[in-house]
Amino acid sequence: MAVNERDPVTGRETTGHEWNGIKELDTPVPRGVLMFLILTHIWAIAWWFFVPAWPIGTTYTKGLLGVDQQTTVEARIIEGQSERAPWADRVASEPYDSILADEGLMQTVRSAGDQLFGDNCAACHGRDARGRAGYPDLTDDDWLWGGEPETIEQTLRLGINAAHPESRIAQMPAFGRDQMLERTQVRDVAAYVFALSNPDYSTEETIDRIEAGREVFATSCAACHGDNAEGMAEIGAPNLADDRWVYGGDMETIIASVHGGRQGHMPTWDERMTDAEIRTLSLYVHDLAARQP
Amino acid sequence: MPEFFHRKLERSAIGFVLAIIAAASVGGIVEIAPLFTIDETVEEAPDMRVYTPLELSGRNIYVREGCYACHSQMIRTLRDEVERYGPYSLAVESQYDRPMLWGSKRTGPDLARVGGKYSDFWHVAHLINPRDVVPESNMPAYAFLARNRLRTDDLSGHLRAQRALGVPYTDEMIENAGRDAYGQAAPDSAAAPGVTERYGPATTVSAFDGVATQLTEMDALVAYLQVLGRLTDAAYRDTAAPEEAPDPAE
Repeated sequence: MAVNERDPVTGRETTGHEWNGIKELDTPVPRGVLMFLILTHIWAIAWWFFVPAWPIGTTYTKGLLGVDQQTTVEARIIEGQSERAPWADRVASEPYDSILADEGLMQTVRSAGDQLFGDNCAACHGRDARGRAGYPDLTDDDWLWGGEPETIEQTLRLGINAAHPESRIAQMPAFGRDQMLERTQVRDVAAYVFALSNPDYSTEETIDRIEAGREVFATSCAACHGDNAEGMAEIGAPNLADDRWVYGGDMETIIASVHGGRQGHMPTWDERMTDAEIRTLSLYVHDLAARQP
Repeated sequence: MPEFFHRKLERSAIGFVLAIIAAASVGGIVEIAPLFTIDETVEEAPDMRVYTPLELSGRNIYVREGCYACHSQMIRTLRDEVERYGPYSLAVESQYDRPMLWGSKRTGPDLARVGGKYSDFWHVAHLINPRDVVPESNMPAYAFLARNRLRTDDLSGHLRAQRALGVPYTDEMIENAGRDAYGQAAPDSAAAPGVTERYGPATTVSAFDGVATQLTEMDALVAYLQVLGRLTDAAYRDTAAPEEAPDPAE
């Protein structure tokens, strides 16, 4: 292996390696590429002085620019908050009535509320807010705990059967499973409840069951759902006399609800959202229902 | 002159190996070693609690099913992430994550603060068939988790392994691991009070999958998902994120 062998054609040295008579020229890196490489190195070394770079024992070089990911993002968040402040402060502090009366502000509430709803609420209540079995429809005028912005705000803050210490609590007991009602009583009361929203169901054949169910309802159910089964928003007892259902209004589902009980769960949003966000959503959800024909 | 130096180095096998090792270890020396000497890289969080045995089992299932391939557990220091997911993740929040599950890809959303965001009922429905609750979801269904009984006989061993890695499990926690796993998912059982006694009153004891009589993998995974981001409230105290600090006295 000849070192320092010079190629007669180009006048360059070879690497000294040879493969079947083919030798490799020891050509230096092109000048342009080399200059670029040197510049990037200079840039990197200069950058060490501007941004946090080197560890030294129990601390590190903080850099002349004083940048830091955490303070940067915190500044950006505060920037975002002040961008939103013109309307968010109003939403957070003004009474609901005056916000609802201000169409310009409500347009902002609708677009911001739509974003918040998509990020936080849509997973359960659906992107269109129409809900599904187990998750109430928010676009209709039937409410478990009331549909005014104030009551919606309470529901958002406290949750239902949630971890919040002042959570709204609502439980439909398992009348069948916990043997508070006989099997026949469960069947009868389900027939009565089904007939409330399906008047056609009441025939000569079924009237006895429905009447027996009416008595069961009066003793076991009316305390929460009311004597006329129209529910009580103060305790989150649903209206059973209309055709809107949280879990389903067919006979089988009604029997399942009476037998096994129900205990829905709405998380608390008090810690997750700011006052302005909670109030924006309260207005948004109230407005969704109010805008329905 | 530099050309001559490199030529000489290339021709010395041992010298070249040593030079490669020196160059390759710069990253480690600059990025890993300081974590042991610079205290401010990991924040203080005296309220930080360890995973309960049930949550740890759920975590193992999360690893086994490869959830980390599509879900990250790391809210970055970017405004849009903080506004969507909540305060950015702190190092201390992963203190007991061995191995860490930060992930680097989001086919699904970040899960660092998903704990408490949805109901147990929703998580179960979603894991059984994601399309039932999120029609546009492309996540696979994990219905079998609700049918698989959770293995608890080896839980003490899992806790012991975690302790060997520095997670402060006590002897009592290790001894009662299986019982605590059962108790956390059976609120009315005799084993339930021991869980809050050992892991703190803020520990959620609930029939996670809706069935208190049998301990399934669904219980474990939902318990784990519900605790994500809730082992400490350090992130709510230390950042200017819009969320207010949760007040335990409230």
